[in-house]
Amino acid sequence: MFFLFPGSCLGMQDHEAPPRSIKKMKTKFKIRRFDPQKDQAPRFQEYELEVPQGATLLDCVNLIKWTQDGTLSYRMSCRSAICGSCAMKVNGHARLACKTQAKDVIKNNLVVLEPLGNMTVIKDLAVDLEPFWEKVEKVMPWLVNDEEVSPGVERLQSPEDFHKIDAASTCIMCASCFSDCCSEEVDKEYLGPTALAKAQRFVCDSRDKKQFERISKLSKEKGIWDCTHCGECSQRCPTDAKPLERIVELRNVALNSGVLNNNGARHAKAFVDSIAKSGRLNENELPVKSMGFFNIKGLLEILPVGIRMLIRGKNPPLIHHSIEDMDQVKKIFREFGEPK
Amino acid sequence: MKFAFYPGCVAQGAARELKASTEALAKKLGIELVPMPNATCCGAGVITEQNPVLSNTLNARTFAIAEKMGLDILNICGTCQGVMKKAQKELKESPKKLEEANKSMAGSGLEYRGKVKVRHLLNVLIEDIGADKLKSMVRRPLKDLRIGAFYGCYALRPGELSGLKDPDNPDEIENLVRALGGEPVDYPGRLRCCGFPYVMMSKRNALTMAGNHISAAKENGANCMVTPCPLCHLNLDPYQPESAKIVGKELNVPIFHLPQMVGLALGISPKELQLSKHIIRFKESLTQSR
Ligand code: SF4
Ligand code: SF4
Ligand code: FES
Repeated sequence: MFFLFPGSCLGMQDHEAPPRSIKKMKTKFKIRRFDPQKDQAPRFQEYELEVPQGATLLDCVNLIKWTQDGTLSYRMSCRSAICGSCAMKVNGHARLACKTQAKDVIKNNLVVLEPLGNMTVIKDLAVDLEPFWEKVEKVMPWLVNDEEVSPGVERLQSPEDFHKIDAASTCIMCASCFSDCCSEEVDKEYLGPTALAKAQRFVCDSRDKKQFERISKLSKEKGIWDCTHCGECSQRCPTDAKPLERIVELRNVALNSGVLNNNGARHAKAFVDSIAKSGRLNENELPVKSMGFFNIKGLLEILPVGIRMLIRGKNPPLIHHSIEDMDQVKKIFREFGEPK
Repeated sequence: MKFAFYPGCVAQGAARELKASTEALAKKLGIELVPMPNATCCGAGVITEQNPVLSNTLNARTFAIAEKMGLDILNICGTCQGVMKKAQKELKESPKKLEEANKSMAGSGLEYRGKVKVRHLLNVLIEDIGADKLKSMVRRPLKDLRIGAFYGCYALRPGELSGLKDPDNPDEIENLVRALGGEPVDYPGRLRCCGFPYVMMSKRNALTMAGNHISAAKENGANCMVTPCPLCHLNLDPYQPESAKIVGKELNVPIFHLPQMVGLALGISPKELQLSKHIIRFKESLTQSR
């Protein structure tokens, strides 16, 4: 008693306000409804719900379905952030409904629920995940190793090596990252964050024998260099998988294993070179080096913007100055063996 | 108020109007900007891809320079701010990384002790100066301006480093706009990516992003936009004619750098703010002094 109610031993009871009958506020749930078989266009439907204390968002959606409207469709299964099926857009951003406390997303007594983005709606909050799975399949999400192992022996991996694929292994395929990916939004061919995070899990697996083949393929168009670094995927990811960080690791593998014949890798290399030389970015050199000196078509395409900037006096200074104390910076580069 | 001023590469290159307008605004606000002529590029998230330790070390060196000056760093580039905050986090969480970074600076008289604060102008305007103070300083209310805020990825994500109250649904720039007498315009896309990081790799996609956001702002009533990141500005302004073609819409939406917008409201002339450097120019009636 003493520990459970410290207030009582301090005599604070007397000063506490008598328990009031708290009038519970109803929360408005605005849910996007759409049945492509019947409806012309999606519409928002509003529900009111007294949100029980401690309820997750999924609890709320379940209550709405069970007590108000059985026609509402959505996916769910485990209710504990394992199966990855309950992701939906909550106030505009993808999240797992079962991992979200309702009180954290109620703003001005309102929650807006929509289906995940970048996919077509099957009904209401359920989307067609087929394109999502197809992309994951494209990266060969399995271990490739044809070496014989004797019966009863496993392919061992050191804890350090496991650590390299630890994060990506936590992905639960909820498609939250895919839903909010900026690059996916403008290009349906892009491999997307989930597939790339999964790819990292195999590219960096010490037991896999196809690293070079994998990274070469991933460096082609619509792969690792088609990510804009926007960070939406990692921000939305409910696990440690954090796709953007995995994509950066893949780029690191590509750059350090000599898969350089593409605009993305050339851009990164030119960038590092520029800093190694002068401490600052040489904006005049970068486009030429990124696209390659002989990419006449590409260079002609950016000519108009260059001329436009020149006319406004917005072109980067023609003479590029180094920063002061450049010898210190050169020493740091040398110490890290860069640029290679 | 006094800061170690880190303009970043772009504000010393293709967006010199950003540096000039920051200096004009700082003068007006009584902020002293001390240059850092020996600071390197932050790496813009690109050096990390080649060599994460090198990238952190270069930033540690910049932090050490500011610590030696005894000043906090002022950024005016959203990307520099994001990259530096991330470097600080990594160096803080790993004593080994910090030690490594300091070791490679040995002999230069520099050491990073994890003390310096890294601030973006946006955060300084909101937290140190405050909307109320700015409001009281307004000489030319932005009455006719309906402004779409474009935050830029690095100002928002990762949310825990953004310094914004609710990075998934921020209103900091909108509040500034209101304080300056303008009208903030909400539109889908204000928190999305401008596309700039891959404009050289995937131009069409990059400019589709920019075009979509500008046209969404316009359709929701904006007659101009504002951004705290010069990289976003590069994709939103100089490339706008191409973006318009790609999305098949007439755009013509002028884009403020953050200090230009604030400076204009505080009575600094459009000339001093170098508004004429933009590819898409403001109609004179919108920005002339009153
Ligand atoms: S960081 Fe890359 S993969 Fe992640 S959401 Fe942005 S564009 Fe997509
Ligand atoms: S990477 Fe994260 S957000 Fe993407 S599918 Fe896996 S768990 Fe979900
Ligand atoms: S119901 Fe399984 S993750 Fe939410």
